[in-house]
Amino acid sequence: MAKVKGRVSFQEERCKGCELCTIFCPTKIIIIDKNRINAKGYHPATVKEMDKCIGCANCAMICPDIVITVEREMGK
Amino acid sequence: METIFRKTEGLTDALFHYCPGCTHGIIHRIVAETLEELDVLGKAIGVAPVGCGVLAYEYFNCDMYQAAHGRAPAVATGIKRVHPDNIVFTYQGDGDLASIGTAEIVHAAHRGEKITTIFVNNTIYGMTGGQMAPTTLIGQKATTAPYGREVAHAGYPLRIAEMLATIQGAAFVERVAVNTPANIRKAKNAIRKAFETQIKGEGFSIVEVLSTCSTNWGLTPIEALKWLEENMIPYYPLGNFRTPGR
Ligand SMILES: Cc1ncc(C[n+]2csc(CCOP(=O)(O)OP(=O)(O)O)c2C)c(N)n1
Ligand code: SF4
Ligand code: SF4
Repeated sequence: MAKVKGRVSFQEERCKGCELCTIFCPTKIIIIDKNRINAKGYHPATVKEMDKCIGCANCAMICPDIVITVEREMGK
Repeated sequence: METIFRKTEGLTDALFHYCPGCTHGIIHRIVAETLEELDVLGKAIGVAPVGCGVLAYEYFNCDMYQAAHGRAPAVATGIKRVHPDNIVFTYQGDGDLASIGTAEIVHAAHRGEKITTIFVNNTIYGMTGGQMAPTTLIGQKATTAPYGREVAHAGYPLRIAEMLATIQGAAFVERVAVNTPANIRKAKNAIRKAFETQIKGEGFSIVEVLSTCSTNWGLTPIEALKWLEENMIPYYPLGNFRTPGR
């Protein structure tokens, strides 16, 4: 089975670092970046290994602050 | 790459004022997405409550009112009767709807008003700092129940969906939760059916949404989702209580 490819982007200024997206990502690639801080004063969520994203949109579904946009490679 | 999830047109660009992880934001989003998908944003009129949802008029990208505490169903009744072709909804917490506004919601349902109510049950008065609500669970701590709710003193938690389902004019009644992506999808489906009930003129419709308040529950947002699943769902079972024609 071909691997589904996805890509997520974070509108970081909206993020409140609540961590909900991190627990529902089935590939566990979302982390809270403790080295950075946004204008609201929160550590934002980010993805380090984007090639592992499957574009399931679980993170966007649970995010209460509409931080995440999800793209997916559509099968031919 | 194709975009499969982006922010709905049903919301403005304003940042939510809610606490980190508060599921009010998820509920706003799925209501707004539903209005967009039903193509009724241009004729939707919402009524915001008193409670943490008080600023909902800043967030929904449609016409909005803000009613006195608990009175949103009465205000929505007036709007719908003057503008029967508009899609009218209320957005209310459990302090708002199940306590001070119980008369208004019962009689809006009783009259079969063709409005839709989104009822956010987080078992507590969030905005004012975590006082006990009629929906607070037995043993659950609140600022006004420091040792936990006691039945002898405060009675049993009120099951609003079940109560309203006994009313003939309440055409659509369902209880959902927003604690997992799967439940959020189901919640959105119920919200869609509630608005469709209104569009078809079949009567009053309400969706009770089990929601979190990690701040006043004293939990992290992740713990709060778990607390909802383990404590709220057993007492407030999810499911449909009334559907038109059934
Ligand atoms: C007439 C009136 N009484 C009391 C209040 C104080 N008050 C503000 S919000 C609130 C409770 C809101 O709780 P809920 O409806 O559960 O919403 P939440 O904040 O939890 O989302 C109360 C009692 C008020 N604003 N107006
Ligand atoms: S769920 Fe949203 S607000 Fe919470 S950490 Fe993830 S991106 Fe940020
Ligand atoms: S007090 Fe509770 S209900 Fe209000 S915004 Fe915070 S978490 Fe949400």
